[in-house]
Order: sequence, then structure tokens, then C-alpha cells
Amino acid sequence: MRSGYDISALLERFYAGQVAAAARLITILENGGDDAEKVLDGIFSRTDDAYRVGLTGPPGAGKSSLLYQITKRFRKKGRKIGIIAIDPTSPFSGGALLGDRIRMQSLSEDPDVFVRSLASRGSLGGISNCTDEVTDLLDAFGKDLILIETVGVGQSELEISEKAHTVVVVLVPESGDGIQAMKAGLMEIGDIFVMNKSDHKDAEMAAAEIANSLRLKDIPEGNWNPRVILTSARENTGIDELVDVIEEHRSYLEENGLIAAKRREILFSRVRNALMDRIEKRLGRSEMVREIMKNRMDDVYNGILTPYALVHELEKTVKIK
Amino acid sequence: MPRKIRVLVAKPGLDGHDRGAKVVANALKDAGMEVIYTGLHQTPEMIAESAVQEDVDVVGLSILSGAHMTMFPRVMQLLREKGAEHIIVFGGGIVPVEDVKKLEDSGVSKIFGPGTDTRDIVKYINSVFSE
Repeated sequence: MRSGYDISALLERFYAGQVAAAARLITILENGGDDAEKVLDGIFSRTDDAYRVGLTGPPGAGKSSLLYQITKRFRKKGRKIGIIAIDPTSPFSGGALLGDRIRMQSLSEDPDVFVRSLASRGSLGGISNCTDEVTDLLDAFGKDLILIETVGVGQSELEISEKAHTVVVVLVPESGDGIQAMKAGLMEIGDIFVMNKSDHKDAEMAAAEIANSLRLKDIPEGNWNPRVILTSARENTGIDELVDVIEEHRSYLEENGLIAAKRREILFSRVRNALMDRIEKRLGRSEMVREIMKNRMDDVYNGILTPYALVHELEKTVKIK
Repeated sequence: MPRKIRVLVAKPGLDGHDRGAKVVANALKDAGMEVIYTGLHQTPEMIAESAVQEDVDVVGLSILSGAHMTMFPRVMQLLREKGAEHIIVFGGGIVPVEDVKKLEDSGVSKIFGPGTDTRDIVKYINSVFSE
């Protein structure tokens, strides 16, 4: 396969605004390793202007269709937009079917919109491991708004909240009743809740349930109150309101000095994730760990050693450097 | 880590029969490739631009409408204009034998006719990238 990228030449073409160069750099970021680090080091000083909005929610809630509609609105405001659309990688074949572009067809004719589909490639948080990096790249490419659409998530795929300034949770009337809405997880990360498919007869009731359970939360005075909005991506209703509330949330963050805090949070989680990733890879490759596991697992199996005792033993033996 | 083969599967033009394209997209996914499926009614411009943004290695076009002699050359030309001539273009659908020859001579890498075993398509793409 292709290898031996000339990264400085690519970066030069990237800064000249060439779409093909940006696309190739994203591929390099996806593949990770030394080349990816070189790219990031090259662009890092030019990132942090773009505003990042995450869209998350269960499969089939209409995230892609909504994304398409809000992109059109933000384009009218003159924003340059980068879209990262993530779909799941099959844990069986390693392949993926990335279908988000189907809902965004006419966007590929707009030079100020760049859409990239990413496969989750084994990440379990509802996003791809290189989401941060690709976001940075689109930021450095001059996009001022980055929209990130997660894999269709359940209640525990919450990593988007570490990546985005504004998190929009997209639900549909079938998403569950008020008790579902009180559960931990998805309902705790939304700045804005969208009840999509509002043409559905149960939509208003479902939106009211969400609003009710949000009211049970103890939100300190002056903090952002999560909002609930009814939309229909198909009938194109409620979209203007959604765009307005995204802007409102942004103003709230800006006026309260929270953009900088968010930036710190995003960077902190990045360093931590990259470090954990390294440690995991190193441990996975370590002959010593494999050897000890091979020799001592029998003891665990035979009840001579508890699993935790073996872990302690491994911890003492293995140096992570 | 070897990079994954990325494939864009698209249906250009007005023909609305996407069963074949979906079967192929699914087979390529099951073979471990990342498949971007863009759906029906794509213009050559949309296809070429999507292929560039997605940095795919392969574009697969499914045409059952008879417009293949227009669509294939146009997509190939646009890819060249966008500096993406490295992308391999293959096709499937109802294409008469004499046109298959013409298309393959003009740079389309391969046309798969009706009844093709999806495993042959997988094998073909893998063989192109194992060189």
C-alpha cells in the first residue's frame, strides 16, 4: 500500500488550500504512528479557533439529516464548515459501511464544506480515536465550525463531551420515557436536546418528559440550562431555532470565559488518552508480560493465585517507560 | 499498521436501482474495507469531490441505466482534474461487451457484469493493492 509520505510537501499544499492534501493528511492521522505525530506537530500552532459542535444520539434518530440542515443554515451565515461523520467499524471483519454522506449529498458541491467519514476503528466511545486530530486539521484548514457526528450511541458512549464545545443530543419519540431520560449517561452530557421527528404524534409528550427530567437536576444559578427543541429534519422545522440555541450556548461559554476552560479540558483529555494508548500498546507488546501471564495463569486457574495478586506481580515487574 | 483500503461506492445519474451497489458495498465491508456509500442520483462532480475528500483508494460505480459511456469518462476526467488520478475506478452493471472493452481501454480498471461473485470483486481489489 501507499507509504513514504512527503509530509512537508503535503503541509505546503494543505496551507495553499488544496482539498486533496487535507484529505491525505487526514488519512495519515487516521493511520497514526510517527507520520501522524509529524503532521500534528506541523499544524498544532494553527489550531484552536474553530468552534466544535458534537451531535450524538441513538441510531436512526436523524443525526445526519439534522447535520445537513444545520450546515445549510450556518453556510448562509457565511461559516466555513468541516464535518466529521463517524460510523462503526465491524469488530468481526474490521470493515465499515460509512453512510452519512447519503443524507448530505448536495454538500459535496460546496467548496466551503469539507465532509469526512471516519470509521470508529475499535474505539468504544462513539467516536474515532483520531477525532481530535482530524478536528484540529480541519481547524487549521480554515474551517470555523466543526460539526462532529458520533456513531449512533446508547447510554455510555460519551466521549464526544470531551471533544465539543456544544453537545447536541438527538432523540426521537421512541427513545424512551421519562425514566430512560433520568438515567445516567447520555442525558448528562447534552447542552441541547433535540426531539427530532416532531411530526410524530408522540413527539411533544416525549419532549415534555425530557424537559421534566432536566428540571429535576440541580443547576446552579447562572449556569447553562439545557434546552429542549422540537425539530423535524424531514419537514425542515425547528432547525432555525436549533441553530439559534447553538449560537446562544456559544455566547454563554464566551461570556463566562468557558471557551478557554473547555480548550484546557480538551487538551488534557488528549494527552491522557494518548498516554493511555501508548501504555496499552507497550503492555500488549511486552514479552515479559506475555511470559509471566503464560507461566502464572495456571496458578490463577488452579486457585493458587487470585487474579488481583497476579496483577500486583505484573505491576512490580513491568516498568513503563 | 497497513492502511485500510477505502472505497467509495456510488450510483451516478438517474437510475434508481441500488440493490447491486448495496450488495457490493456490504461484501467489501465484510472483507475488511472501509466503504463510503453515497447513495443514489449522484452527479459525476459529487462523486469526484466526495472521493477526493474521503481520500479513497477505489471508486466503484454502479450503472444500470445505459449512461455508462457518459458517466465513467466524466468521473475519470474530474478525478484527473482534482489531482486524484491514482484512484482506481471500477464499475458494475449492464454494460455491453464492446463498451466494456472501450471503457477498460480508457482507464477504467475493470467492469463487472451481472452474475459476478462478490468474492471475485474483493479478490480483484485486494490483488491491486497487494502489489
